[in-house]
Amino acid sequence: MARSWTIQDLEYWDARIQEKVREFGLECFPQEFEVCDHEQMLGYMAYHGMPAHYPHWSFGKAYEKLKTLYSYGVSGLPYEMVINAAPSLAYLMRENSLCLQILTIAHVYGHNDFFRNNFTFRNTRPELAIAHFKLRADRVRRYAEDPSIGLQRVEEILDAAHALSLQCRRDTAIRKLLRTEQQERALADAMPPRDPYAGIHKPREYRTPDLNKLPLEPEEDMLLFIAENQPYLSEWQKDLLRIVHDESQYFIPQIETKIMNEGWASYWHHQIMNSLDLPEDLHLEFLVHHNQVVRPHPGGLNPYYLGFKLWEDIRRRHDGVQSPDAVPSPGAAGGREKIFEVRETDRDVSFLRRFLTEPMMREMDLFEYRREPDQTVITQVSDADHWEAVRDSLLRNVGMATVPVIRIVDADFCHNRVLLLRHEHDGRDLQREYLEKTLGYVHRLWDRQVLLETTVSGKKVTFSFDNGGFGEIRTEQPERRHPQD
Amino acid sequence: MTESVFRSYSESDALRSDRSAGDRLRHRQKVREAIRENVVDIVAEESIIGQSRDKIIKVPIRGVREYHFIFGDDSPRVGSGPGDSQPGQVIDKTEGAQPGGKAGNQPGVDYYETEITLEELVDIMFEDLDLPDMERKKLREVPVESMRKRKGFRRVGVRAHLDKKRTAMARMRRKQAARTPPVSELGLARFPFHRDDLKYRHIVRDLRFQSNAVVLCIMDTSGSMDTMKKYLARSFFFLLYQFVRTRYNNVQVVFIAHDAQAREVSEEEFFTKGGSGGTIISSGYLKALEIIKERFHPSLWNVYAFHCSDGDNWTQDNPAALRAARELAEVCNLFGYGEIKPLNSGSYGDSLLELFEKIEAANFHALMIENKEDIWPSFKQLLLRERAGEMADYP
Repeated sequence: MARSWTIQDLEYWDARIQEKVREFGLECFPQEFEVCDHEQMLGYMAYHGMPAHYPHWSFGKAYEKLKTLYSYGVSGLPYEMVINAAPSLAYLMRENSLCLQILTIAHVYGHNDFFRNNFTFRNTRPELAIAHFKLRADRVRRYAEDPSIGLQRVEEILDAAHALSLQCRRDTAIRKLLRTEQQERALADAMPPRDPYAGIHKPREYRTPDLNKLPLEPEEDMLLFIAENQPYLSEWQKDLLRIVHDESQYFIPQIETKIMNEGWASYWHHQIMNSLDLPEDLHLEFLVHHNQVVRPHPGGLNPYYLGFKLWEDIRRRHDGVQSPDAVPSPGAAGGREKIFEVRETDRDVSFLRRFLTEPMMREMDLFEYRREPDQTVITQVSDADHWEAVRDSLLRNVGMATVPVIRIVDADFCHNRVLLLRHEHDGRDLQREYLEKTLGYVHRLWDRQVLLETTVSGKKVTFSFDNGGFGEIRTEQPERRHPQD
Repeated sequence: MTESVFRSYSESDALRSDRSAGDRLRHRQKVREAIRENVVDIVAEESIIGQSRDKIIKVPIRGVREYHFIFGDDSPRVGSGPGDSQPGQVIDKTEGAQPGGKAGNQPGVDYYETEITLEELVDIMFEDLDLPDMERKKLREVPVESMRKRKGFRRVGVRAHLDKKRTAMARMRRKQAARTPPVSELGLARFPFHRDDLKYRHIVRDLRFQSNAVVLCIMDTSGSMDTMKKYLARSFFFLLYQFVRTRYNNVQVVFIAHDAQAREVSEEEFFTKGGSGGTIISSGYLKALEIIKERFHPSLWNVYAFHCSDGDNWTQDNPAALRAARELAEVCNLFGYGEIKPLNSGSYGDSLLELFEKIEAANFHALMIENKEDIWPSFKQLLLRERAGEMADYP
């Protein structure tokens, strides 16, 4: 494709966009742009956008898949990729037209502002992100090249670690309690509550809490826990587990704010582009691209669409403008302040819960569907009686809510170093085949029997994975709580 | 906020930046491994002959999936519609299966199947086997109808073989070398062809060795051989046929079905027609010997024979079967016997394995197949036997 722009053009438009960015009050990290071709873009996409990343075959798979989809025209490439780093790093595709580049630059500043200000990103240490990824890559390569370790053994650990990478704490912005603090809490919990009628009640028996129990409280950071408590792992193995853990911690905020983040960037590129006084041809091209980005995907859910709609709606409602055609005046307070506050304090789940209203759901025609063996059927639509149910269903399909919560309950079950896991069942059963294989990975790392308590079709089941392989343990004991009680 | 930085595109970086190459390679290796593990499932489905090598086969791949703890597929999801969605409405399957930009990190639709050609599949299947040396079989290679092929160029030859392009090039070369071109009386520089410029294509007769092989599939089709047993037998025959085909350019297959009598049948009949009656194995072997004698003389043909049975022979026939088997082992490159006894199949009849232990020939191998997982390891064993046969011939 003919290149109809130069770096000078980009710099010119960037300066103008930055003016607007300041005017609108976005607070960004310094921004770096790198122009790349589509092959490089595919490469960046496969490696989560990182300029340096440790090698693993799954990234090769991701690359092949992206490339196949791209070359068969199933999916296009994103116009840009932005990395949560300080300074922020973004890639621009060389093949794109000038209009797309301007749109992209504006969009990038939206992400940049979001990364910098949203609370979930507070602990991601963006100033070191790229360096950290590079260091981790160097370490993994060193292990793979070490003749006493080798690629194959590194791969075995990485395969297992990747399987568990999202089994970790979701609230990265909240500090995890230290073990000593957990002990204090256990002691405090064991104290009987102050009883105002102590005189007439039989004093409650004091049970000494087992402070040596491992873990003291159910543990979600599976990789970290295994790295710390599996005595037979070598240092390099523990290091690999921590590398994978750290990496997923870095990405969790992005998983948790996909809709907000894309909506925010789309909202601001829309605002900025409309305020730039673009020449007519560029402006028309922009409208075409913009509508492509934020269009609804029938049957699916486009996070750009959902996010963009919601941000607009919040602003409109807080500006007190009811008609959707009315352009919000930049001078009006209320709406502007509200969206800046929300972009800082929410994540997708809370964002949707607080701001996805019934009229909006109806406007977007959101529905809940269920996959049956041979077809997909709509179960509920957003009408007056069901919109809340559909919304709640949506909440369970965004961010980390798509990952089952599985906690380590006991690392020394039956005093036999058996690892006991518990799935916090929320009405959704686990996929059986994936459960079997993933439990196998836990076993590979823990190197002892692993048990998983879960519920399948309403019945409590315990699955086991030991040297003999996968199995289901029949628990004879009846349910503890009967519905009649 | 400071000035932003723009880094322009640099071609050399782009060329250097194929950083996923190593990981892609490793992934492809894993795909191949996965295919190899699933080979048995595939071969059991395929019909043995009459398949073009370009036929596309769908191969299920399990090994390259990345597993996590995920929710089952039946948990409800949310989508957006055009505005008139109704409860109970069926959405198009393809749309449901591939919701675009889905929020969060739903496991992407993994490709569970890959398509490869039969030829590739065969390559993958046999690549980890130590393939037997082909040296020995020169004896059984026959020169076939020779072809003509081009081989270099000559200064002399018949006019029809003149290579005009090379001739012209030779003249031009000579012209360049001659600094002062002779000027003719017309004033035009003329530079005629010289005899040395002429180049003729040289054509030689191509003598090719044709290597012939015949695969004799012998199967017990008596009443006790049920579909499951035939399914296992079929996989085994398929592997043998494909293996032989990688070694020889002309491969024929003969199907011999026997119960109390043996007859040569078509592939379809061989696998589908249910038999009845008793079992006289020697009849199958004698039929094979007869066919070999008539059509596939061992001096011209490499003979591979494999017999599948459930081991339930008529006892009086055993000595005859043993004799015929010995004879067959002598004329074959490889002769195998597979006893198919699926677990829980209820056939606890006699086994011929003990009987066949008496055959000392190094190129004979008897094995037991209990389920489809046995097929591939058994087949590898069988091929080892062929190597053993060669070792015996060439100490």
